[in-house]
This record gives sequence, structure tokens and C-alpha cells, in this order.
Amino acid sequence: MKAIEARSITKKYGDVIAVNEVSLNVEDGGIYGLIGPDGAGKTTLIRILTSLLYPESGSAMVLGLDPVREYKKLRKLIGYMPGKFSLYQDLSVEENLQLFASLHNTTIKENYHLIRDIYSQIEPFRKRKAGALSGGMKQKLALSCAMIHKPEILFLDEPTTGVDPVSRKEFWEMLKNLNEDGLTILVSTPYMDEARQCHTIGLMQHGKIMAVDSPENVTTMFKKDLFEIKGQDKYKLLKSIREYQGTDTVYSFGSSLHYTDRSGDFQPRHLEKYLEKQGIAVVIEKISPTVEDTFMALMR
Amino acid sequence: MTDPAPIVSVKNLVKAFGKFHAVDRISFEVFPGEIFGFLGANGAGKTTAIKMLTGLWKPTSGEATVAGYDIYKEAESIKRDIGYMSQKFSLYSDLSVVENIRLFGGIYGLGKEEIKMKSDDLLKRLNLEKEAGSLISSLPLGWKQKLAFSVAMLHDPKIIFLDEPTGGVDPITRRQFWDMIYEAADRGKTIFVTTHYMDEAEYCDRISMMVSGKIAALGTPGALKKGFKARDMDEVFVGIAREGKSLAE
Amino acid sequence: MKRFLAFVRKEFYHILRDHRTLLILVGMPVVQILLFGYAITNEISNAPIAILDHSNDEITALIKKKILTSDYFVLSSNLSAENEIEDIFKDGITKMAVVFEPNFSETLEKTNNAQIQFIADASDPNTANTLVNYAQAIVADFMSRRVNGGMPYMIEIRSRMVYNPELKGVYYFVPGTIVILLMLVSAMMTSISIAREKEIGTMEVLLASPMNPSGIILAKVIPYLLLSFVVSGIILTLGKFVFGVPIIGSLPLLLGVTILFIILALTLGILISTVVDTQQAALLISLMGLMLPTILLSGFIFPVENMPRILQVLANLVPARWFIIVLKAIMLKGASIGIIWKEIVILCLFIMVFTGASIKKFKVRLE
Repeated sequence: MKAIEARSITKKYGDVIAVNEVSLNVEDGGIYGLIGPDGAGKTTLIRILTSLLYPESGSAMVLGLDPVREYKKLRKLIGYMPGKFSLYQDLSVEENLQLFASLHNTTIKENYHLIRDIYSQIEPFRKRKAGALSGGMKQKLALSCAMIHKPEILFLDEPTTGVDPVSRKEFWEMLKNLNEDGLTILVSTPYMDEARQCHTIGLMQHGKIMAVDSPENVTTMFKKDLFEIKGQDKYKLLKSIREYQGTDTVYSFGSSLHYTDRSGDFQPRHLEKYLEKQGIAVVIEKISPTVEDTFMALMR
Repeated sequence: MTDPAPIVSVKNLVKAFGKFHAVDRISFEVFPGEIFGFLGANGAGKTTAIKMLTGLWKPTSGEATVAGYDIYKEAESIKRDIGYMSQKFSLYSDLSVVENIRLFGGIYGLGKEEIKMKSDDLLKRLNLEKEAGSLISSLPLGWKQKLAFSVAMLHDPKIIFLDEPTGGVDPITRRQFWDMIYEAADRGKTIFVTTHYMDEAEYCDRISMMVSGKIAALGTPGALKKGFKARDMDEVFVGIAREGKSLAE
Repeated sequence: MKRFLAFVRKEFYHILRDHRTLLILVGMPVVQILLFGYAITNEISNAPIAILDHSNDEITALIKKKILTSDYFVLSSNLSAENEIEDIFKDGITKMAVVFEPNFSETLEKTNNAQIQFIADASDPNTANTLVNYAQAIVADFMSRRVNGGMPYMIEIRSRMVYNPELKGVYYFVPGTIVILLMLVSAMMTSISIAREKEIGTMEVLLASPMNPSGIILAKVIPYLLLSFVVSGIILTLGKFVFGVPIIGSLPLLLGVTILFIILALTLGILISTVVDTQQAALLISLMGLMLPTILLSGFIFPVENMPRILQVLANLVPARWFIIVLKAIMLKGASIGIIWKEIVILCLFIMVFTGASIKKFKVRLE
């Protein structure tokens, strides 16, 4: 059984099409990543699947339930962590968790094993008000609250946005552990580098899912040869290469540049020579594209 | 970078809230035309440091000059020579593009003619001429951020503080944004930028990494990677955070 | 049920931890009542009164003596005809006229029912009110002491206010203050509290949980119901023990209709919260849409009878108007449910309409 099956879901706000004919399948027990920038439609799509918004057209089945008609049943089975920190700042850590446990007619004790790894990290501060927690701790509390009722599927809307790389890594570790225990996860993120943590990713832009595949295979959508160029003074290098007649695209990627050529038969020596004339020494190497390269190619 | 006169100079700067030292004796210098990356975990003290350097908060102790002005006594002069833009707030979303330009031009005391000239030029460069009358709220995030950056430079400041300017922006626009940063630095502007994208850390000339109120590492991306035997900045960041943790414990 | 109670507990935490708001909610009635009360009451002594005695018999003499030896009143003049009353008020010195009907003793002996009329200059409404009440108390005391063949005298007291028939005074401020504060605590605070959940995003999480949305709302109103009840208690107690405002009618009935009005205000608050998304909007709508009409059109400050026709019609749509009538009737006139049932039905109708509209407007989703 598929955990989520959505068929051509569309949602408009006035003239703006937030989600445009999106279909997606999430395998039972999988981690599905919706990857795309702000305004791509990720939040709207997640809200439709969690029964918080009506789709304009199209249909969806989540855990075999229709979010429009069977929302009451569905809401018992899902865990949801919205993008904005949505806990009660004037309640303590423990009171928040207690409340969410009660909401689902369960107790912290009953399901403690589900959240032990996560909650134990903030348990020393259980008397502290949620509003006084650091960003990373708030996130752990929010995840604990979303997990306390033993949901069968977890929806996370941009859980790592604005979070530093270390906390992000920790967070993904927690998600992976939960997934290994059989939990299906649908997560959205604007960080392309987080794609590799998912089993399946959907690259989303302007309300559409541009590509769906595993993070390894999605890069096959990148049809051109990709080259990495390394050299000193990157800004000068970037400008020079942009003026080079063979250049199709050139983008900064960390400490190097990623380059594609207009022709299918790129001769690195020609570009090296062109740059040499301007006094720039470079190393050019053919590389395989990343998810971000693929996303950018699909955007164009 | 060999310019002997730093444009930002910070010595043993402290900001304490009660017993808690949000910024704990940090020292560094930034030179004109430099892109200075200001990184660190959430709550490491970046925002507090920026608030002091932009003259919004008074430090508890230590010394600092920004654009040649003392941050204790000449905070108002500093504000004239810096530009500031953040992810959270940059432009008024219920005003149009030109209205925002006019407003911020006016705030910084530019003349009518000057604002007109600059706003025409700016709209042309950003390819926003058709959108001049549109409300900010109707623009895509990436355009908004590029526009906000240009507006922050309207009064020709010497230093521009960018607080997570590219959060949530799509990868192509993100790079276009960095092009604008490069170009500004090329014109001699000093850029002070925070980001959570580790690839963007590589785009900076130098990086400082804050851990619990202190600067744990400072240097060029290359030097930091070498020092931490890391392949990329991501690993550097994780390495520093681990070190910071073990120091704290 | 456990789920519901957990939610109620949470609401109590919110309220009890917001010290500032709590202080305002409990402190405001105290301040308001003291302010109104002391600004308005001033102990009256030696108020000049005129007497028009058509009988001049034994009993009227006794009553006159009792009134004039009370320290509250001094005689300014004895009148001989009705038309002199108007004139005597014009000088502004005489505050009240006492009129005995002709053949007072005789009528009283025969029918056990005679008439005294108090006519007060109500251009200073509070003084007028106080004077009449004092005089009434004196006559009542007189009646209870004089027994006519086993039956106490029945002296019918008629009082009339000239210049300001819809009398206002501290007595009337107590019901008014109760109404305002109940609106504030019940309607405004409820709507703000629900809007806050939307604003900080917790409503989204709650909606995605199996918690029944009507349960969320119901749990929210319970603490405010209690708080409102406490606030009304404070006002009534202060009114009674600091300013001597009587509660003549039945206390259970009074508390009953108060709860009814609290429920009405809560349903209004819920209705507001269904149409707003921010606390600011909730606050504005509550203030402009509830407080202003309540203060202006309920008859609390301006008598509805004196309003232009169109405003009188509008005033009927202000729930507080009906509640004030009920409150005054119970507290000051000792009315029983048989007299005020119409107003109670109207209040119930309001509740049904607001509840119906809220249910219709309520969303189990974010849109």
C-alpha cells in the first residue's frame, strides 16, 4: 500500500496557483523530500494532505483515507510539524508535551519509548517555558509533540529552515531513527544538500513537481556534461567565463564553479587557454551533477 | 586585504544579559572591500554582535569602531554609513517598489532628484521597470531580496550588513544575489554577511565562526578547511561545533 | 473527556501566567466601581426640602417630624399649592418636595393605604436619587413601627424625578459596570485568545489533531466563564458593601441571569474569532463593535427613551440593553422572573443566533 497517493492536486489563491496539478506517491515506510525554495507550493501541498486545506481539484489518499471526507479519522493517524514553531511559549516543555499527549488520548508514559532519543535531550529542561528554549531545543520539543501519539505518518514542513548546519544534521539523524522504526515521513526543505537524506525526492518550483526520483537517480535528469572549474579570485573568473563564447551556464558552487558548454563536445583546453590569456590559471575537471545542479537545470 | 586601515575593528567586545554573556570578548578586524562571513549556530551570538555593530545596542564592555566611528559615542554617525538588510524584514510589503525606494531614500536624506535618478537606475539594473508600481507582497521572494539589497545600498554606505539574506531563495536567484554582493565588494563596499548555506560560506573572503558567544575560528575558507582537514565548509562547521561542545563540557 | 480537561487546564495556565492581563481584569472592576461610586456619591446632610401638606393632620405631622429630625433634611418652605413646586425648584436651593394627599389620616385609617409623593430635582441625578431613597427609608421605617389593628400602615410612596426622569446614579452604575466588564472579559478576551492561537500557529497543529474543533473552543470559554463570574461577584460585593447598592430581588435569579449574559458574551466572542485571524483585529472589532454600542446604546449612560427613533431601534439589537433592564429590575426593584421573562427570552434568542452563526462560520480547516 502507498502511504500517500495524490492525483493532479491544484490549489489557487485568487490568481496565484500555489499548487498546480501535482501528483505524488509516497511509499509506506519511506522518507519523501519535497525540495524547493520558498513559494514553490510545499506548504500548501502539505496542508492539503494533512486535511488542513481543501484542494481546488484533484484527489488524494493518505493512509487510504481521503483528507477531504475522512479528515476526522485521518487526523488521528498523522503527526504534523508546521513550518512556524507552533507550541505554547507560556507552557513548560513538559506541559506542552503533556497537552499533545492528552489531545490524542494518550500519555507521555505510554509512548515514551517513541520519543526517548529526542526528548531525553531536552528533558533536563522540562520545567522551562518553551519560549525560553534555544532554536534547536524548540525543534526537538516540536518533534516530540508531533510524535507522542505514535502517528503512522509524519509531515514536517521545513523543519530545518533557519537552523544551523550542526542542528540540522542532528535533526536528520533523529528523523532517520524514526524512519528505521517504520515511520513514513514527508518532509519539505529549501536546502538542496538535504536531498541525500531522503529515499525519494520531489523537486518543486512554481507549484509543480519538476522531477521525482531517488536523490541518486534524479541527477540523470541533468542531460549535459558538467565541469568543475577551480581557480583564484572567483569573481574575476566568473566574469571572464561568462564572456566566453562557449559558455552555456556557469554558477558558483562552494569553492569552485560549475560549468556547462553550449556544444556537446567541450574541450577544456580551449577554455583554459582563453583564461590563461587573461592571466587566470584554472583546473577543469568533469564531475557528476548534484541535486542542486539538476534543480537549476530544470528551473531553466 | 593588505589595506592597513580596517573599516571594522572590534576588541574584546562583550554583551551581557545578567550573568549570561551573549557575546563574550570577541575581537576581529574587517577591511574595506572584504566579504566577511559571520557564521555560527543559532543562539551563538551573531545577532547580538550585529546589533552592537550597527549601533542598535550598547556593548557591556570592550571597544569597537565601525567606519571610523566609536560604537559607544557615535552610534548615530555609524547608522548613516551602513546599510542593513535581513531575511525577516527588509521592505514594506504593502507599499509598491518605487514607494519603498522613495521611502528609504527619504529616510537617508537623499534629495528628490537623487532618489529619482537612483531609483530609475536601480529598476533598470534589476530588470524591475515593469514592476515599479507593484506591491512588494506580489513579488517573488528572490526579487524582493535583490531589491532589498539594492535599497540598503541606496545611500551609498561603506558597510552593508546582510542577515541571512538568501534564506529560502531558489538556487539560481541565490547565485544572482551573490553576484550583486561580489559586484558591491568590487566597488569597494565592505560586506558583512550571515548565512546557513555552507556553500555560501565559501564565497566569502574570510569567515568567522561563533560558538557560544566566542569566535571559535577566523580565517579564509581555504585556511579553515586546511586547519580542520575538511573537504568543505560543512565539515569545518561540524568540526568547530564539536570542538566548542567539548570545550563547554 | 480527559482530553477536554487537559485543554481546559492549559487555558487556565495561559490566563494565570499572564499576570499583567489578569491584574487588569480583576483590578479594573474594583477601580471602575470605586471611581464611579466616589465620583458620584457624596453623603447628603441638611438638604433643603419643601413640604406641601394637603391634610395637615396628626399623622402627616408625625411623618414630617420624622423626616425633618433625621439630619438629612431641613425645611426650606411650606407650600400651599401644587403649582408652587415648579417655582421652588427653579432657585436651585430646594432639592425635593414632599406632598401629602388630602385627608391623609382618614384615608389611612379607612383603607389602610394613603399616598405620599416625593418630587426631586433630578438635574443632579445622584443627589435626587439619594434624597428620595433616604426619604423612602424614613417613611418605610415609620410604617413598620405604626400598626393599625394588627396591620402595618400601607403608605403608598410615589416618587417623581423632574428634569431627568431616567435617573442615573451609583445604583445604576453597578449594573452598567457589570455589563461592560462582562463584555470585556468574556467577549473580548475570548476572541483575542482564539485569535492568538491562529496567529502563533498553534491552531494549525490543533486542527491537524483529533481534537474536535468545537472542543477547542468550548475548553477556551470555560476559564473565561469562571473569570467573568468572579468579576461580577467583585462588582456586586463592592457595590453592596462600599456603596450600599441594594440587591432587593433574589440573588440566585440575579446570578442566573448573569451567567446567561456571560454565555451570551462568550458566544459573541467566539463569533468574532471565527472571522478574524489576528489578535489585533479581534481587539479592534471587540472594541468598536461591542464596547462602543454597549456603552452608548445600552441605556447605561444615555437613556434609550431619549434617543432618536432610529437609535432606539438599533438599541434593541444591543444585548446589553436587555441585560441592564433585567439587572436593574432584580437589584433595585426586586423583580421576579415573572416580570423579566421577556428580556430573558430575548437574551436566549441572542445566544441562539450567535451560536448558530459561529457554527456556520466555524472552520475545521485553515480556510
